[in-house]
Amino acid sequence: MFEKIDGLRADFEQKLKAASDARELENIRIEFLGKKGSVTDLLKGMKDLSVEEKKSFGQQVNDLKNEIGDAIAEKSACLAKAQLEREINSAPDIDLTAPAVLDRGSYHPITLVQRECEQVFRSMGFAVEDYSEIVTDYECFEALNIPKHHPARDMQDTYYLTNGQLLKSHTSAAQNAIYKKYRQALIEEGKPIKAVFPGRCFRNEATDACHENTFFQMEGVMVDKNINISNLIFFMKTMLSGVFKRDVKVRLRPGFFPFVEPGFELDISCLICGGDGCPSCKHSGWLELCPCGMIHPEVLKAGGIDPEEYTGFAFGLGLTRLAMMKYGIKDIRDLNSGNLKSLSQFTQDC
Amino acid sequence: MFLSMNWIGDFVDFSGLDKLQLIHQFSLSTAEVENEIFMKGSDIDGIVCAEIVSVEPHPESEKLHLLKVDCGEDAPVEVVCGAPNVKVGLKTAFAKVGARIGDITISARKLAGYVSNGMCCSEAEIGISDNNSGIMEITDDIANGTPLKEVYQIEDIIFEVDNKSLTNRPDLWGHYGIAREFAALAGRPLKEIPTAGLDIYESLPAVDMKIEDPLCYRYSCIQVDRISRNISPVNMRIRLYYCGMRAINFLADITNYIMLEMGQPMHAFDSRKVQKIRIKRFADDFQFQTLDKEIRNIDTDTLMICNDNTPVGIAGIMGGLDSEIVEDTSALTLESACFDPVSIRKSTVRLGHRTDASMRYEKSLDPEMTVTAIGRFLRLLLDNDPSAQVISSLTDEYVYKYPRVAFDFDRAFVDRYTGIYIDDTTILDTLTSLGFDVSLKDNVFSVKVPSWRATKDVTIKADIIEEITRIYGYDNFDIHTAQSPLYPVEISAEKNVENQIKDLLVKRFSLHEVHSYIWPYYDEFKMLGIEVEDNIGLVGSGVVIRRSIAPTQLCQINTNSAYAPDFGIFEIGRIADGVNAETNLVNEQKKLCITLFSKTKTAEQLYLSLRDIIAVMMDDIKHKAVTFEKKEATHSWQHPKNLNSILCDGKVIGEIGMPYPTISAKIDKKAVIVYAEMDVKDLAEIPSASIEYEEPAKYPGVEVDLTLRTSVFAPIAKAVQKVNSPLVKKLSLADIYDDETGRALTVRIAFSDNTRTLTREEVTSIVDEIVEELKKVNVFMK
Repeated sequence: MFEKIDGLRADFEQKLKAASDARELENIRIEFLGKKGSVTDLLKGMKDLSVEEKKSFGQQVNDLKNEIGDAIAEKSACLAKAQLEREINSAPDIDLTAPAVLDRGSYHPITLVQRECEQVFRSMGFAVEDYSEIVTDYECFEALNIPKHHPARDMQDTYYLTNGQLLKSHTSAAQNAIYKKYRQALIEEGKPIKAVFPGRCFRNEATDACHENTFFQMEGVMVDKNINISNLIFFMKTMLSGVFKRDVKVRLRPGFFPFVEPGFELDISCLICGGDGCPSCKHSGWLELCPCGMIHPEVLKAGGIDPEEYTGFAFGLGLTRLAMMKYGIKDIRDLNSGNLKSLSQFTQDC
Repeated sequence: MFLSMNWIGDFVDFSGLDKLQLIHQFSLSTAEVENEIFMKGSDIDGIVCAEIVSVEPHPESEKLHLLKVDCGEDAPVEVVCGAPNVKVGLKTAFAKVGARIGDITISARKLAGYVSNGMCCSEAEIGISDNNSGIMEITDDIANGTPLKEVYQIEDIIFEVDNKSLTNRPDLWGHYGIAREFAALAGRPLKEIPTAGLDIYESLPAVDMKIEDPLCYRYSCIQVDRISRNISPVNMRIRLYYCGMRAINFLADITNYIMLEMGQPMHAFDSRKVQKIRIKRFADDFQFQTLDKEIRNIDTDTLMICNDNTPVGIAGIMGGLDSEIVEDTSALTLESACFDPVSIRKSTVRLGHRTDASMRYEKSLDPEMTVTAIGRFLRLLLDNDPSAQVISSLTDEYVYKYPRVAFDFDRAFVDRYTGIYIDDTTILDTLTSLGFDVSLKDNVFSVKVPSWRATKDVTIKADIIEEITRIYGYDNFDIHTAQSPLYPVEISAEKNVENQIKDLLVKRFSLHEVHSYIWPYYDEFKMLGIEVEDNIGLVGSGVVIRRSIAPTQLCQINTNSAYAPDFGIFEIGRIADGVNAETNLVNEQKKLCITLFSKTKTAEQLYLSLRDIIAVMMDDIKHKAVTFEKKEATHSWQHPKNLNSILCDGKVIGEIGMPYPTISAKIDKKAVIVYAEMDVKDLAEIPSASIEYEEPAKYPGVEVDLTLRTSVFAPIAKAVQKVNSPLVKKLSLADIYDDETGRALTVRIAFSDNTRTLTREEVTSIVDEIVEELKKVNVFMK
């Protein structure tokens, strides 16, 4: 009887050695350890043995059973590992050296620049306002202290509509409405008026690489008691440093605009050379950037604000020019061209 | 406008001061100076006055002469010269050996076999005029060998001021006004303009002159005879040339010189043609030849200077050819006048002719200066041509005087406006140096504005702030933030919605944002066969404002049809929907327009993908569903089928459709195009639904698919709605089948309950109910 155990062990070892996959291994397990397997069979012949022998035989069969179980488990792990290795080795080798497919949209460059500016102004407590493109003569000129015979009101410069309205020639056309919207809060609650209003403007001129009849500006105003020139310079410097994401130097020169007094042309230190002088600033170290000034008393009055009690400043940024500066766009007409070869290049940067 | 520092220096003593620094200060305090500053005369050296003592013809050249020139040295030097105007006794500009002209250093060199020990120069060669026809002819009594730079103002600093930065400063259109600014900046006194006295001519007869039109504010004139000088002094010619004007003749040069010096335009008429000066407009249009020989149409709004009824000049713009000073003119009538600035500007626009004179008049010149200018004219004339004789008294009619401008302000006003402290003395000194009459008493400054600043420029107190601060210097300002209270910033719903739409369309749907013009694309419309729709238009041009953005985008799609097989564009832009009859104001609307183009999808697929974009957009922004309703085409560019209104909360917020097939075919026969246009305001005004949170199902649900013979989903949705079982959580379209018998839709109904597992029986009974409902509307299972 006992020799059967050794025979079975030898048989198992031989078969185990030959097994090459999980299925074969399972067959071996069934053959030896299954309910009707050879090891179970061994026990069936035990009835003829003495008690002593039974004990010893049982012990040996049990050992064999454990031995076989362990060997199968070990072999199974071994086969699984080999299988995994095969799978890994046979996985496709994916080539990433070809260019990626960029299925993405694009923002208009004006949107991007406008958002950047809005963000800065909002962070300084300025509301962002929108205004119509078709405005009245009153809004565009009269309320801004631009006299009846001012050249800006000539037909050649402004697009007048047949009903007497016009396509706004500057974002300042929204000033009057902004003052009227916020004047009550200013006067009754002491809330300063702080607003920027980006918008599209129109001027009747022939277009070329540097001139467009349709372009974007962003105007800003701040009105309160005791707003002064010193504040104006401070705000302009701080806001422009935010817009250009660096510390810019500013300087003011007198400039004439009927809706401000005093009026200024504001220059910033050249963004390319930092003020040392380079071709882009014509070696002056300065770039003329935006007109600004203290709001003219007549303009405040037209907005229902008493200029003896309140003062304020206003400024205008050329968004179209900022976008051209930022992205190095040389032909202004690209912006309204709708041509995706140029426009699809613009995505948000943070 | 070009400005000469020598000229300005006639009126301000610059000794010991850095002129370039002053120009820089001027740029920051008064008006922008162009970057390039010209150091005139710095490129020439060693040019002296020399006299030609002998002229011999060159044996081999007809053009060349062999000269002996006395240039102040012991012996005359031998020079070869090719100028036609050489003659014995002529004094000229001579570049000695070693002299420098630009990059060239003059050396003794052989010219056609003879050594030339220097060079006789033309005025152009030494840079003082554009005359290159011969060598310079010096008529002044100058010792030979005298460096020309010592006797003539060849060296000068010339800078340019952008005319645009002077539009509001009529006083800065001449050197004298500019000098006043420099005097204030330098803290030096301003000298008076030298003039000749006019009182001595009082007894002479007056000129017959009368202003017959209020557009002429002032007319001053005088008559002069026996003018013998024809060529202006060299220094005068140099200044005119450096400032961008050509010397013409002595008389014309003096008038130009005074215009550049004082900003007062003047005109000289031949007295034979002008005996009875009348200033007026005419009742009818006519043609008139100006002294530039152009024939111009004069209309009834244009003010004319006339000899009785014969026009002799366009007031403030240009004189007539017929009354011009000519060779044999012996007596002239000098005009120094002031006109209505708006009338001058409008006339120049109508004539299409802007002159140095009109440019100044349209800025509102000070009428006070007309008589001073005449005094200046006589001074320059008599100093340089002593035989000239004044033959009339000063004749002056002054019909419109600008009101005097004066006001008071106090210290608090200055402090409030500036935000810094500027002391009383600085305020007083600054205003005084600029010509303001100012006094301080009991803390109140009383200011009288000088006439040259009171024509439109300085009218209110705030203007005085500018005068004080610009001379004080903005660079000297201590800057600080405002002391205003802080409040949270409100962000408008519309602005938010716009930003969200853009982000979603760009980032999720890969669309491209474009901009376009507010008027139709006339040429492209024509090419694509899109009709321009009648609407409010621009005055004069016949151009209308667009009624929709979609046709514009069809043009842009056309431009980009080769860009990619599939792409989409969008814009948030404006349109006009006619004019409100009550208010007479244009109905301007802000629209979102999206257009998709595809060469790989079917029309249906593309249409549905745009539908999904809109649905996702509304779900994302407003947490709301959109519905669609068929509508009739209202524009000829729309496809009459497949046009739907987009609704949210039962309100129409836009439309989705396709272009008319011929338009689409013109863009690309193989491509499909769909568009949607929505009203941004309507969209923004839809209230956002709040998110109603539902626990995730704890018990498994059941999904049932039904395949139904129908091409329309709506009846299925209606049937499910009618059965109205709380167990139905979702109804969706799972598949579409097309075969020879027509279309069938597979819909998927999801059932679940949050408190228990559903039984097969209860689900089946609901499905049966739905199927029964569908039968009633003739929708059957496949």
